[in-house]
Amino acid sequence: MTAREASVLYDVPGPRARRITVVSSVVAGALLLWALYAWVYRPLDARGQFAYDLWGPLVDPSNAAFPLVWQRLGLGFRHTLVAAALAILASLVLGTALGVLRFRLADLARGPRPRLRTPGVPVARRVPVVLWYGTERGIGAVSRVFVEFFRGLPVLITIFFTAGILSEYGVRTQPLYYLVVGLTLYNMVVIGEILRSGMANLPRGQQEAAEALGLSGLQTVLTILLPQSYRVMLPALISQVVVVLKDTSLGFIISYEEVLRVGGQLIQNLGNPIQVYAVIAVIYIGVNYVISRLAVYAQRRIARGRKTPPGAAVPLVTEPGGDVEAGVRGEAA
Amino acid sequence: MKMHRLMAVAAAAVLALGVAGCGGGSSDTSANPAVDTSASFAAGTTMAKLNKAQSIRIGTKFDQPLFGLKGLDGKPAGFDVEIAEVIAGKLGIPASKIQWVETPSKVREDYLAQDRVDLVVATYTINGERKKKVDFAGPYYMAGQDIMVKKGDSSITGPESFRSGDKKVCSVTGSTPAGKIREYLKDPASQLVLFDVYSKCADALRTGQVDAVTTDNVILLGLVDQSKGAFQLVGKPFTQEPYGIGLRKGDTAFRSFVDDTLEAAQKDGSYARAWKDTAGKVDAQTPTLPTIDRY
Amino acid sequence: MQVLVDNVDVFARGLYVTLQLCLLSALGALVLGTVLAAMRISPVPPLRWLGTAYVTVVRNTPLTIVFFVAAFGLPQLGSNADFLRIPGLDRLFVRLGTDLPFFRFAILALTVYTAAFVCEALRAGVNAVQPGQAEAGRSLGLTFLQNLRLVVLPQAGQATVVPLGSVVIAMIKNSALAGIFGVTGDLMQVSDDLVSARGLPLVPVFVGIAAGYLLLTVPLGLWLDRIERRRVVAR
Repeated sequence: MTAREASVLYDVPGPRARRITVVSSVVAGALLLWALYAWVYRPLDARGQFAYDLWGPLVDPSNAAFPLVWQRLGLGFRHTLVAAALAILASLVLGTALGVLRFRLADLARGPRPRLRTPGVPVARRVPVVLWYGTERGIGAVSRVFVEFFRGLPVLITIFFTAGILSEYGVRTQPLYYLVVGLTLYNMVVIGEILRSGMANLPRGQQEAAEALGLSGLQTVLTILLPQSYRVMLPALISQVVVVLKDTSLGFIISYEEVLRVGGQLIQNLGNPIQVYAVIAVIYIGVNYVISRLAVYAQRRIARGRKTPPGAAVPLVTEPGGDVEAGVRGEAA
Repeated sequence: MKMHRLMAVAAAAVLALGVAGCGGGSSDTSANPAVDTSASFAAGTTMAKLNKAQSIRIGTKFDQPLFGLKGLDGKPAGFDVEIAEVIAGKLGIPASKIQWVETPSKVREDYLAQDRVDLVVATYTINGERKKKVDFAGPYYMAGQDIMVKKGDSSITGPESFRSGDKKVCSVTGSTPAGKIREYLKDPASQLVLFDVYSKCADALRTGQVDAVTTDNVILLGLVDQSKGAFQLVGKPFTQEPYGIGLRKGDTAFRSFVDDTLEAAQKDGSYARAWKDTAGKVDAQTPTLPTIDRY
Repeated sequence: MQVLVDNVDVFARGLYVTLQLCLLSALGALVLGTVLAAMRISPVPPLRWLGTAYVTVVRNTPLTIVFFVAAFGLPQLGSNADFLRIPGLDRLFVRLGTDLPFFRFAILALTVYTAAFVCEALRAGVNAVQPGQAEAGRSLGLTFLQNLRLVVLPQAGQATVVPLGSVVIAMIKNSALAGIFGVTGDLMQVSDDLVSARGLPLVPVFVGIAAGYLLLTVPLGLWLDRIERRRVVAR
């Protein structure tokens, strides 16, 4: 993966450089192992963190508590997946709508401004046009505020206050749906902006050709720009999936029983916080890593399928794995 | 292809983990309180409605050892849970038909006001502020705020020990004890640590980040029990925390019923048994029901 | 809304603590992230593997777990993050020097987590520089470090400002978790207190806390937008 940039920045190592590399690798490896042992293993061992009764229920199938522990973890994990899936679905649908809306409004705003005093056109015909224009600008401003608001707030706050405010005003349901609403409010905005910037960065020729064919603005977007934007921005969208999965762990603040909260309950019963969180971390890293690899794979498939060389119309999607932060100002964590 | 194999392995792992959670709950081994199957109530009362529906939604804590803690089997257990089952029994509803709802401290009043639960038995301290929003039956237990320290630490003898400014204390954000201990602190910014659950406070005490943990003495008892001898209670409660059963405001008939049930439970020994089965395993002194406040 | 006006000082104090937390973490993350990026593109394979492993693990872990490791794992390893009690700095940022380690743990957690994203943003920027530039540098005989310092990084700078900015904005939002892990007085914890302990109505408190965070993130975001628009025109 980094071979290309590696060979650009420095020469292919010769025999001397290779020898130095091997020696330094061995030395560095030994140093690392020693550091891990002295600073991580020894203190933990001194506090008894490697005792069997702390690890047993998690890793030893013959332990009495093992099936119960994994039942609870499995339940928590299922809840995590359910919340994430619902949030992703809702964010995709609403985010697409938002992205299309904002793109169209930006497009319309670029056009000529209708004037009340256009000579030759009767006033009666001009007023509704101007009013409609004003409404469009109004909606555009509102959508801008909406986007900046939910993009600038921490997701934790959004979830916490969504649950509270919805509850107070009569929408009473399980914590799952509050979590999904909170996550969706945030992610639809991010996805909307991803898609919008994808559409804006497509070559202008696409839009002009569509115009020449007589397609209306909305038709252009739906049939030509949006599908391409999805394809181009797929890695960024997939890393947003990873973000949603990680953010479901914030459901603890409204007592949603996802895997981290279940972990907390297990800790109350077994008294082994480090062990439980270590296992849950491994599960998360595993799942998210697979999803991230999916993004890399998708990126490569797209690059293979293109007829134009990559980079011609693609905004800085250089690092597979979705680091499309350059054009998107959206999601980094 | 490498990608396809990776995806296949991942999908299998995810399925396995998800299916693991599908196991049925284990059988209930503790003896459940008696269920009054012949109970009948005046028409129109909450009791009649619940009896007819044969189900009741009860709010309790899922993370307080000894009082309301969700066990490895996925069911809450503790003194609050037992008391709630006694009341449900008197309503003619078996323990298996109770819908347990998690009510952390901050949502207790809201859930009652929004009719999401019928009762709240969750280490719920009765105070004047809360009485404006909900009604209380009971009290069914008299707790007090206390301080927990590392075993052998005699430098902290009470809340006054924090006035000098060099002792650090931990509690849970938004709780009454946290607000109370603030009054004794010289500089909260450098003395007070707040987390979202008590187990984190216990961890912080164990590793020495803080010198003490403060909350109701029964919750501390649970933490002391779990600490396997590492912690001890200072043992001088400096407030009175009467635990009550929360109900919707204005439901006087239901409140009288619950009050009567509590007194009956004291008389027929089910109150004592509820304690012995749960918190009694750590604190052998079985309490008696405090005087019920029928206001 | 009277509630909001009455408690403005509470929100202001919370904002101040959050600001301190974010400033220090941003500094730390930028430094650590640069080191990581250098490791990931260096010619020494073990450094490359270490850097890649770090970024993969940290990017795929929820921040909650990273905070947990910092706040509860580190004490188990015997550390109170005392190395962060930098003598001059703790006069300016008082909480750095107190006995309570949770502010320092929060900074550590945010730094470690955000550094992975800073590293990726920097790498993306470096990749954006045309390869011909680096090749020309090599043909002139510049070593790896000289090449990086004199040719690649100055040009990468332009491309990395926007991704770095968005990483910093994300970090400001992530700092809300610090309030859950022992940092009393930060904006999230303050609002939790007002709503749960003092029972104040939700909407005014929401407005207050939203204003606090938006004050930090929106100006930064708008500035980034302006930079990006100028760059698009220049391209």
